[in-house]
Amino acid sequence: MQQQASGHTIKAFDEDIERLRALISEMGGLAEHSIGEAMRCLVQRDVEGAGKVILDDKKLDLLEIETERRAVQLIALRAPMAGDLRDVVAALKISGVVERIGDYAKNIAKRVPMLESAGKIEPLSLLPEMARIATSMVHDVLDAFVERDAPAAVRVCERDQAVDDFSDSIFRALLTHMMENPHNIGQSAHLLFVAKNLERVGDHATNIAEMVYFAATGHHIADRPGKSPK
Amino acid sequence: MLMKEKQPITPVTPMSTTSTAIEVDANGKGPSMMDDQGRAVKDRDTVCDPPEVQRPNLSMSQLSNIQDTSDEEIGPGSEPKMRANEVSVSYGDKQALQDVSIQIYDDLVTAFIGPSGCGKSTFLRCLNRMNDTIPSARVTGCIELDGEDITTSSMDVVQLRARVGMVFQKPNPFPKSIFENVAYGPRIHGLSSSKSDLEAIVETSLKRAGLWDEVKDRLQESGTALSGGQQQRLCIARAIAVDPEVILMDEPCSALDPIATAKIEELIHELRGRYAIAIVTHNMQQAARVSQRTAFFHLGELVEYGRTSEMFTNPRQSRTQDYITGRYG
Repeated sequence: MQQQASGHTIKAFDEDIERLRALISEMGGLAEHSIGEAMRCLVQRDVEGAGKVILDDKKLDLLEIETERRAVQLIALRAPMAGDLRDVVAALKISGVVERIGDYAKNIAKRVPMLESAGKIEPLSLLPEMARIATSMVHDVLDAFVERDAPAAVRVCERDQAVDDFSDSIFRALLTHMMENPHNIGQSAHLLFVAKNLERVGDHATNIAEMVYFAATGHHIADRPGKSPK
Repeated sequence: MLMKEKQPITPVTPMSTTSTAIEVDANGKGPSMMDDQGRAVKDRDTVCDPPEVQRPNLSMSQLSNIQDTSDEEIGPGSEPKMRANEVSVSYGDKQALQDVSIQIYDDLVTAFIGPSGCGKSTFLRCLNRMNDTIPSARVTGCIELDGEDITTSSMDVVQLRARVGMVFQKPNPFPKSIFENVAYGPRIHGLSSSKSDLEAIVETSLKRAGLWDEVKDRLQESGTALSGGQQQRLCIARAIAVDPEVILMDEPCSALDPIATAKIEELIHELRGRYAIAIVTHNMQQAARVSQRTAFFHLGELVEYGRTSEMFTNPRQSRTQDYITGRYG
């Protein structure tokens, strides 16, 4: 792995790259918060809060555009090479993925009004924990990006299984509820989608981990040493 | 507008390794999702879990091997045109180059990069014994051209320089006509049997150097009357007129404007395959553009030598990384 210890001869280059990293961090923080908020609103049936989550998604869209603009500008003006180039390309790709994670938060928030009057069923209590793992993956993988920490990215990938397991068990639980009482079908279907969205957040965190690994090492995560072939 | 701007960011790459080839978006509200999320709408059709997607069991490195363009490949068993083995050079007491070993191949352009004083020009000049002209220079090690050691005293240096031509940083046409500039080499090396033969060589050389159309009506004008870029192409025509096997270029574009530079770079591209080319350049973008192999020199050492595409995306040595990303040098 190559560490980029010293700064560029041209200081403004460092500042540009730092600014790009800061934007990604900011986006990650927002997306993480949105998912958490959407889940809180879902559990507490907070329609007003859900509306705010939906509105806040606009901020992520704008940040994504800003990241794209800065990344393109940096490529055009500074002609980054090697690790710098991989960083900028990763930032460009990660911003798109984080924006997508924000969309999932918005999607979850949009279901809150539809569930306002529904009684709470047991699988609902599993979802916040699932969301916590998924958002912590997003949090940690973006920290790994800022720190250029490939091992941390690998550890994030390994946690995706927990999210998938949650998804499976929630699916089975909801299916049981639907079979038990047809009145639960509406709510259960919505919660099924929420679980699916959270599962996708975990997958996206894994995707970001792959980008972070490549940016930091120049190798694809699938080829990392010590990894047993599937 | 928003959607259009987003497109470049989320390409569906065929090389994606994730197990989620199909995006699944849950949406219970139908058309309301179309408000501002173009992608959400796009994904709306597939709300059920995709079956396990069968993927070929290939690692990324295998994939990239498959997709590697033959552009950079050298055939197996292909012999290098020139081979330097543990070449060291000193000027008096000062060691300029230490144990450099490198191969230069026929079909590839090899770029030498590195900060000023790193020895890259010194090394280039070893390849046709231009350092012989500097009394204090002492060269050790072995340099072979087609397997023949060129550093021995029995080597005919004039013949060697006909086989290994050179183009310098500053265009240096002779103060003679354009025609004479190109015809000089073939004439002294006895490469033409008649006047028409010589004229044909001059025309071919000027054509290969991409200068013919600009000068064909004024071949008797002085070479020094041409623009800088034209003069440099005239020097390249002069170098290729003696039908060399290798062309060495020492910062051929550093005195030229971007258009003239682009013409020279295009020329290098066209000449590749016909001649083995080695180029010294301070412009890393230029090295990236014109070469297939890059050698990075630092403080008289060859730090790293490899495929240009790898050197500029994922160099192995931290010194290379620091230099090409602009961290020192």
